[in-house]
Amino acid sequence: MNRKLKQHFVTGLLFIIAAVSAILFILPTVLTITNSFMTEKEINTNYGAMIDTASADKKNYISEELNLKFIPDKVSIQQYASVLFKSPDYLYKFWNSVILVVPITIFQILLAAVTAYGFSRYRGKLREIIFFVYIILMLMPYQVTLVPNYLVSEYLGILNTRWAIVLPGIFSPFSVYLLTKVMRRIPKAYFEAARLDGAGEFQIFWHICLPLCRSAMLSVGLLVFIDYWNMVEQPLILLDNQEQYPLSVFLSQINKGDVGLAFAVAVVYMIPALLLFLYGEEYLVEGITYSGGVKG
Amino acid sequence: MQVLKKIGKSAKEWCWLMPSLIGVLIFFLVPFGVVVYYSVLDNPIFSNFVGLENFQKLFENSAFQQAAKNTGIFSAIAVPLSVVLSLAMAFGLNSRIPGKSWIRSCFLCPLMVPIASVVLVWQVIFHYHGTLNQITALFGAEPVDWLKTNWSYMVLTVMFLWKTLGYNMILFMSAIAGIPTDILEVAELEGAGEWYQFIHIKLRYLSPTILFVTILSIISSFKMFREVYLLTGDYPFESMYLLQHFMNNTFKSLDYQKLSSAAVVLAIVMVIIIGTLYLIERKYGEDVEE
Repeated sequence: MNRKLKQHFVTGLLFIIAAVSAILFILPTVLTITNSFMTEKEINTNYGAMIDTASADKKNYISEELNLKFIPDKVSIQQYASVLFKSPDYLYKFWNSVILVVPITIFQILLAAVTAYGFSRYRGKLREIIFFVYIILMLMPYQVTLVPNYLVSEYLGILNTRWAIVLPGIFSPFSVYLLTKVMRRIPKAYFEAARLDGAGEFQIFWHICLPLCRSAMLSVGLLVFIDYWNMVEQPLILLDNQEQYPLSVFLSQINKGDVGLAFAVAVVYMIPALLLFLYGEEYLVEGITYSGGVKG
Repeated sequence: MQVLKKIGKSAKEWCWLMPSLIGVLIFFLVPFGVVVYYSVLDNPIFSNFVGLENFQKLFENSAFQQAAKNTGIFSAIAVPLSVVLSLAMAFGLNSRIPGKSWIRSCFLCPLMVPIASVVLVWQVIFHYHGTLNQITALFGAEPVDWLKTNWSYMVLTVMFLWKTLGYNMILFMSAIAGIPTDILEVAELEGAGEWYQFIHIKLRYLSPTILFVTILSIISSFKMFREVYLLTGDYPFESMYLLQHFMNNTFKSLDYQKLSSAAVVLAIVMVIIIGTLYLIERKYGEDVEE
């Protein structure tokens, strides 16, 4: 009896801790969303003091204090209306993000599937060494990889164009590593059977390997998408023209100016990622699970 | 004839790797070779070999020292915390508590939310006149300028944990699910306590994952530049001046020697860190290798 009571107590305590931390984890996101429904005036009243006092006119805000508010006094879509109709700049930057991230994600995954097939179907000393090089490369931080990227973009004359971000993105070894690990788990018998039925290598790849890896490819694609949707380092270094900046970088510049709009822009920017999360949480979890364990 | 056939077969096998290999060579490996080459020259035009002089200059550069120190301190605080907390969360979610899938979703959510989107809320919280100071004031504490004092390490750590814990937790959860239950049952029968089971069985089986999570966290800790840049712009308070800031500013002045030697040094440091962790894991987890 006593032991059971203790067990219940521990579970209860764990639940409370878990629930409270879970709420803390989604709080910043939820606050961003609720604040996006405030009127611009209310935003300025609450957060006006955050604007750099030297540049902004001080009359806009009433108190020095920032009042983080959970629920707007008056629900309004004024911010969204302004983003959509008055400041096409933000939508343009949103489009910049899309045309950088979507090609990277799609082509990185397709290329990785082909490459992973090569790594998983055939073994050999040299291939193992190359695969190891891919792993090391995958683990290198931007501070290391951006310098070679910069040099080669300059050499090829694509510096300050979108290609300077898209091409290295497509060849990034991250998804090659994950998909190779997934494909190596497919039983050899599948391939052998197809082989006996007279299928060529490409047919085996297309009709057997790819369908088996469909969910893995979606999962990995999801991880690649979030990573690039969040990019900051690459555009700052590889792009010169601020017109081409994706919204992930540009948002920080709005934050200093139009606080009134910023929450709505922030929400617009997180919508694609959140939708993917809502529909693909299982894929996300699967993708993360694949990435676990260094040994393939 | 036989030889030709063999070559043909091996060529076909290599076809699959070629597109990616060529891209990786062009965009990463060959230019990295150039980076190494630049790092031992005095400048790209005269190209005199100067040995390790660039490295010596780099290590004497005060901005580099500051950036390396800050990044090092931050990683040393944040990475172990991230590993321990996410492991605890994984065990927590593996126990019998209600609403597990909801809680898991909440922990994963920050992973998907772009940093740029929530940075406003962080600004409001950590501002001098912001929420955190208002809360601590309730307890009678003096206001702290979180972003412009040494407290900024704490701010960075909070943002880092918020972003990375979910990912690490999932990795640990799947690893915990992979611990063979029969071994735990035998241990239970032999009278091993919970704590003994945790240290001697579970941790051993989890050691490859702990290694992997540590490496991943180190890499993500190098990415904290994003948060700092979005929060404070190009010139943050000096304790938030990270390696990527140093790289960005060096890019602006196009000092190839400094850039190249910094990239080479970082690459070597990363290889050393990863290699060391790998060796530790090999030693510690060797008797559970399949």
